[in-house]
Amino acid sequence: MKLEGLNFELTEIRGAVTAFRAEVDAAQWIEACRAVREQGGRLVSLWASDARNEGRGFTAHAALVVRGGLVVLSIPLAGTSYPDVAAIFPAADRMQRAAFDLLGVSASGADDHRKWLRHSAWRPDEFPLRKDFDARQSSVPSTSLRTGVSRHESRADDYPFVRVEGEGVHEIPVGPVHAGTIEPGHFRFSVVGETVLRLEERLGYKHKGIEKLFESMTLAEGARLAGRVSGDSAVAYASAYAMAVESAAGVPPPRRAQWLRALLLERERIANHLGDLGFLGNDAALAFGLAQFLRLKEEWLRTHHALFGHRYLMDAVVPGGVARDVAPEGAARMRAEMDEIEKTVSRLKVIYDEHAGLQDRFINCGRVAPELAARLGLIGVAGRASAQSWDLRVEYPYPPYTELDVRMATHRNGDVAARVTVRFEEIFESLRLCRLILEKLPAGDVALAVPAPAAGAFGVGWVEGWRGEVFIALEAGSGNRIRRLHPHDPSWHNWPVLEHAVIGNIVPDFPLINKSFNLSYSGHDL
Amino acid sequence: MYQLLKQIAITGIRTEAPPQPDEALRVTAGRLRAEVLQYFAGALTIRHVDAGSCNGCELEIHMCNNPYYNLEGLGIRFVASPRHADMLLVTGPVSRHMETALKRTYDATPDPKLVVAIGDCGCTGGIFGESYASRGRVWNVIPVDVAVPGCPPTPLAIMQGILTAISAKKD
Repeated sequence: MKLEGLNFELTEIRGAVTAFRAEVDAAQWIEACRAVREQGGRLVSLWASDARNEGRGFTAHAALVVRGGLVVLSIPLAGTSYPDVAAIFPAADRMQRAAFDLLGVSASGADDHRKWLRHSAWRPDEFPLRKDFDARQSSVPSTSLRTGVSRHESRADDYPFVRVEGEGVHEIPVGPVHAGTIEPGHFRFSVVGETVLRLEERLGYKHKGIEKLFESMTLAEGARLAGRVSGDSAVAYASAYAMAVESAAGVPPPRRAQWLRALLLERERIANHLGDLGFLGNDAALAFGLAQFLRLKEEWLRTHHALFGHRYLMDAVVPGGVARDVAPEGAARMRAEMDEIEKTVSRLKVIYDEHAGLQDRFINCGRVAPELAARLGLIGVAGRASAQSWDLRVEYPYPPYTELDVRMATHRNGDVAARVTVRFEEIFESLRLCRLILEKLPAGDVALAVPAPAAGAFGVGWVEGWRGEVFIALEAGSGNRIRRLHPHDPSWHNWPVLEHAVIGNIVPDFPLINKSFNLSYSGHDL
Repeated sequence: MYQLLKQIAITGIRTEAPPQPDEALRVTAGRLRAEVLQYFAGALTIRHVDAGSCNGCELEIHMCNNPYYNLEGLGIRFVASPRHADMLLVTGPVSRHMETALKRTYDATPDPKLVVAIGDCGCTGGIFGESYASRGRVWNVIPVDVAVPGCPPTPLAIMQGILTAISAKKD
């Protein structure tokens, strides 16, 4: 296949995802990114790898969406630099900086060369994802154990935030330890009075070496880690991982397993949306909403535990299929529960919609206009609430979504209210899909043994998780091991847009706006 | 408002019985005197610190306050600042990038204080272990009283860990 307007040939990547790949030079790399952007496509992910042990150098990779599917471009580097694409896709900025922190390959011509995932755990001249880096040790000594305040070394991160200057401007630093039960990250607000002029995020606090860890694992072991890249998206990651392994090995899973994976993915979506709707009510001072939605979520999770052995469905999806089948009694229990939950959520939607105080906080709060969303590349739930009609289940359906005819929920307002509405609609749609899946569930095995892929075999997984699309690129090593694996969270695209969403809003609305995006720190920091 | 009140009435009271303390979860015995623990048992305030988790444990900590478990109904609540807290609830393997923040949070918590490590990662480093980026279990970095295993531990297990920490060890 050829990409429209480009003169290089693409080869197909086997597997459930419609995907292609090509090795390109610097000129083709830039040309391809421009062409994709012009045709309305977008960047899915950008990462790099170290192929020096295979007698090559470093390689930079970009996954792009075009009309025909997913295209993975790889540019082998003579040295350690490749052409910047952040000028074309703004979301690439942090991905490029992370690629430098981890592999020491840099985007030439980029505006921003500040570190991103690295704070102080390793030296600026060390690159953890290089094959000659010893993962077990840190060259930077740890702070001494169990000490009092005075003996704490403060190894400052020394991150150069952008300063806003002018009369009456002051900064509010928030985090990494936040006031609520949420993940750690730092937010630097520049404000005048209560109004936010600028928000700058500093992430990377949760970096725990996930990509390096994958490289020490077999393909079977990696499944467990994949489900823990971002705990709230266990099914999305485990499914993308399984798809990538099956794609590298060239073995599709049994049909029944594909359908059960979709069932689990939709159940995960419902669980998270229920929780979010509760917390969004709570952040707008309607504690009733939190109690009601968390009750529903608890019952939903108990069913997960009873039928799939885990409240968050961790380890339920494995390469080759799924870990557990659904018995007819289980299906009956789910059906009855769905009828109940649909009634209750419908009632709660009426209450939310008609609650003046709640709507007053939701409407026009944290607005991302469709034009801005398109320019910055907002995706997932937040993207759809800003008229970015991307949903893999609709645009590039893989089995069983090819047979389910998913109805996408979209909204144009791009405010907290729109993100709430999209969540409500997606709950109803996912309930419909779950019922349909249970009705049409094909008979047969739920798992098969995946043969070892050839060393160097490449595979991809691409799944519409509850937050947005989760992408995994896998390069197999010899003996069933992982040579390189890049998991990509939709939060990479949406964190930078959150900085824009809060401009002009008041500081006390930030928790509400942040919650309406509900982005992953762990999935981003890796 | 009628709909809202009606929904509350339909829902009724869902709260279940709280778990009992479990001595097996205790890591450090008798760090605090029984009289002090008596004092905590009346009303406890908790500061949660995510030191590098996958966010799975956070989901279950959230669930401790759903109507089924109603942790706040036992007089135990989460507070926004470590300076208002009696206990730190720490999740995750401690990432090196969170090490300083965790220690500072520990120091900011007034004595006498309790620390409960949550989840397999908090107990042992879990799947992430120790590496260039991770310090592993919580007590590689700060003292821990009680550790609750699980990936993630259920809300009942988390509550059991909290209740164990504030109950005096019976000799």
